[in-house]
Amino acid sequence: MNNQYTITNLTVEKSETPLSKDDFVSDQMVRWCPGCGSHAILNSVEAVFPKIGYKKENFMIVSGIGCSSRFPYYVNTYGFHGIHGRASAIATGVKLANPGLSVWIATGDGDSMAIGGNHFIHLIRRNVDVNLLLFNNQIYGLTKGQYSPTSPMGTVTKTSPQGTIEHPFNPGELVIGSQGTFFARVIDSNQKMMTEVMFESARHDGTSVIEILQNCIIFADKTHAMVTSKELRDDRQLHLEDGKPMLFGKDKTKGIRLNGTHLEAVTIGVDGITEKDILVHDQYRADPGIHLMLSKMSPPELPVALGVIRSARFSTYDDLVEEQIHYAKANSKIKCVDDLLNSGDTFTIE
Amino acid sequence: MSNRAKVQEIEDVVVKFVGDSGDGMQLTGTLFSDAAVKAGNDMATFPDFPAEIRAPLNTVAGVSGFQVHIGSSKIHTSGDYCDVLVAMNPASLKANLKWVKPGATIIVDIDTFEEKAFAKAGYDSNPLDNGSLDSYYILKAPVSSMTKAALTDLPVDTKMADKTRNMFALGLMLYIFNRQLEPTIKYINNKFGKNLPVLEANVAVLNAGYNYADTIEALPSIYNIAPAVIEKGKYRNITGNIAAAWGLLAASERSARPLFLGSYPITPATDIMIELARHKSLGAKVFQAEDEIAGICSSLGASFAGSLAVTTTSGPGLSLKSEAIGLAVITELPIVIIDVQRAGPSTGMPTKSEQADLYQALFGRNGECPTVVMAASSPADCFYAAFEAAKIAMEHMTPVLLLSDGYIANGSQLFKIPKVADLPEIHPPIAKPNDPNYKPFRRDPETFVRQWAFPGTEGLRHRVGGLEKENGIGTVSTDPNNHQLMVDMREAKVQKVSEYIADQKIIGENEGDLLIVSWGGTLGAMTSAVDTLQKEGKSVSLAHFKHIMPLPKNTANVLKGFKKILVCELNSGQFVNYLRMKHHEHSYFQYNKVQGLPFMVSDLIAKFNQMLNEK
Repeated sequence: MNNQYTITNLTVEKSETPLSKDDFVSDQMVRWCPGCGSHAILNSVEAVFPKIGYKKENFMIVSGIGCSSRFPYYVNTYGFHGIHGRASAIATGVKLANPGLSVWIATGDGDSMAIGGNHFIHLIRRNVDVNLLLFNNQIYGLTKGQYSPTSPMGTVTKTSPQGTIEHPFNPGELVIGSQGTFFARVIDSNQKMMTEVMFESARHDGTSVIEILQNCIIFADKTHAMVTSKELRDDRQLHLEDGKPMLFGKDKTKGIRLNGTHLEAVTIGVDGITEKDILVHDQYRADPGIHLMLSKMSPPELPVALGVIRSARFSTYDDLVEEQIHYAKANSKIKCVDDLLNSGDTFTIE
Repeated sequence: MSNRAKVQEIEDVVVKFVGDSGDGMQLTGTLFSDAAVKAGNDMATFPDFPAEIRAPLNTVAGVSGFQVHIGSSKIHTSGDYCDVLVAMNPASLKANLKWVKPGATIIVDIDTFEEKAFAKAGYDSNPLDNGSLDSYYILKAPVSSMTKAALTDLPVDTKMADKTRNMFALGLMLYIFNRQLEPTIKYINNKFGKNLPVLEANVAVLNAGYNYADTIEALPSIYNIAPAVIEKGKYRNITGNIAAAWGLLAASERSARPLFLGSYPITPATDIMIELARHKSLGAKVFQAEDEIAGICSSLGASFAGSLAVTTTSGPGLSLKSEAIGLAVITELPIVIIDVQRAGPSTGMPTKSEQADLYQALFGRNGECPTVVMAASSPADCFYAAFEAAKIAMEHMTPVLLLSDGYIANGSQLFKIPKVADLPEIHPPIAKPNDPNYKPFRRDPETFVRQWAFPGTEGLRHRVGGLEKENGIGTVSTDPNNHQLMVDMREAKVQKVSEYIADQKIIGENEGDLLIVSWGGTLGAMTSAVDTLQKEGKSVSLAHFKHIMPLPKNTANVLKGFKKILVCELNSGQFVNYLRMKHHEHSYFQYNKVQGLPFMVSDLIAKFNQMLNEK
């Protein structure tokens, strides 16, 4: 990836008047199941869009197929409900055609990592400046309960009556492995963190992926309970903050340190461990090594990392497209189609 | 010019240059054609190359060819069989002898005719010695050795000598056809101007070939082809793929909608993408997607955002795009899908041409899913066809599938350069900001077309998508009557396009014994064959279709005036069956060929005569 390139930073036009949640609430009946995690995500989006401050007409939501992908109908923005797996490709076209839009993708684990896996990794690799909300409930909900690429091995579903025999994807690992520049993870029930992270994702130039650990109350209830339950959450959630040590646990006495080539959980005060031994989070570092390790952490040995794991600054595809066009317009002799038609080898018959 | 050989006037000639795929035959053929064009001849060309980039040296699999037909009257095709074959090695002779007319001239590089090469080419013995070529005039030119000799005083290696052999052959041919060397030397200067040794080597070898032809006494004659009577104006030589790319750029300028191409490389369509990628100065955004599906989906996103959206592909890619075409149909967004057809099914024969994607274009989607389907007729027509496809797509808010094929995409012909200002205007139905009456699926009562409202426009926020929508307000709907209405509306909207396209023309009388019907890239061959019979006074007319869905509104009238209708196409009968469905009041004869090759004019003439003679 070329980090030397000047980032032209095309900005989205701001709203002249302050906006509120009402500016984004749609008149459509929301048809997700009561108790579905998607409601919380919708609330967060409606709360964060006015805060971002762009003109309301400059927001655009694109989706694929699945429960998550009904999202565009429930927010009052321009919206495109696409076909299964292809939201990333449609969104790429929208953003390249009009870089002055703030483009958001609503997608699920099946939509983006099974049928849309190819588009997902290439969107991230190109670093197109869009925001991707990955509703990860580890199940196919709309088709009524089949395993997904993120279902833990052994998950019993309608299409895996004896348990799945597939190794699941860890979305963070996939994002960073695809040269991702922004990856965050949040829980659907923590709306405060979700809103903050969405705000940061909007500020990030490049593809921002937010994995939302989402509960499907019907087909995969409590699928994330080992991370989210009241009893376990203090010890199993690491809330990352840039520049702060990676502490967790009820009294923030536990922490993460780098031991050789891997991360380990330690307790301050035990075996001579002090806060100085604890890793300090640097979400902006270009090297993805620690970010990858953080995104892979899982219980019971390690807590799950939440918040912005990686937010590195690299050139974006859409900026470079504009830059090449700008250069060509300034330097090419061909300024219009008549120039083109008459260029090169022509001859006149008299 | 030497007077050793007498100058003979001829009307037209078909020349084919053949050699190993690294021998530069495409360039040689192109330069030979350009020289003819500059001397005022009409012409048509066709490159014939293998699917492999560099198949094993000197094998039949690695043979690359370039055929050009030049003449002093209108030239419609690149010719059935050649009058002159230039063969750079035994394998290329072996592969192409079946395309050589009896009595034709065959020029070979005699230096390559040696034992090892015969075996590789699949010859038992030297074909030049065993009498098998007695019915041809063979010119044994020492191309390789004389090329080396011409380069002795220049600072170039043997590799360069191999690379410039084609210039020797070109020089020789330019002499035989009584051409000036200057235009070719000018071209070489432009191409290699920055690399003096290469420039000098090419010019030296070109001259050597020319002088060789001048000094030998073996030539039966040299030929002169008088300038053709061509409409005055400024011209260029153009291939169908370049013409299509330029037609799209012209439509973008004329409509003031920026061009967005989302595509994935596939033979034989890739050259459209390559050409558009060169023209960022015209604002063209070219996105090389990760696959065919992302190609069309990115384009559809760009279409929603207000671009003239295009995707280019060939048959297998069109299969992958089917679902997204359905999305374009239901969202009623404009998009141009160009399918440069090749021989299928599946991977088939990627470098060979066919017209067998018509069913796929018409019917290859789930649900009731109508799109406009058009077909380009010739290399130069690809410009106008692409322009019109873009105009229809945007003005009627519909996908337009434009069928081209490998034959016209890679073939070239003279193209009279138009002025953009003379092209039709394009007026997309763009919604006005803050229009209080805007509804996503409110339709124009005349055309049934909905408005195009781009994200970023104030007061028009709305959603589109693959779910059925309520007519007018555009919210999600599963209402049975609404679905029926929307299905009918989408069909009626496409049918309505017939009122905005040209009437179907008949070449010849409006009634008679035999109507020949054809479509797409076969126009050249059909015109030549029909023209020949018409000159013989036979009652034959031609209706060559460019618009397929919808058909021109006078189609019923066109078909009714003839005793017999013969539908000719390079598939097993797809258009004929479509006509049987749409205009079942007639009975149709059909003539089909599915060999990955264009029609032979001679075969067509024989078939037409047979039809006329049978009672």
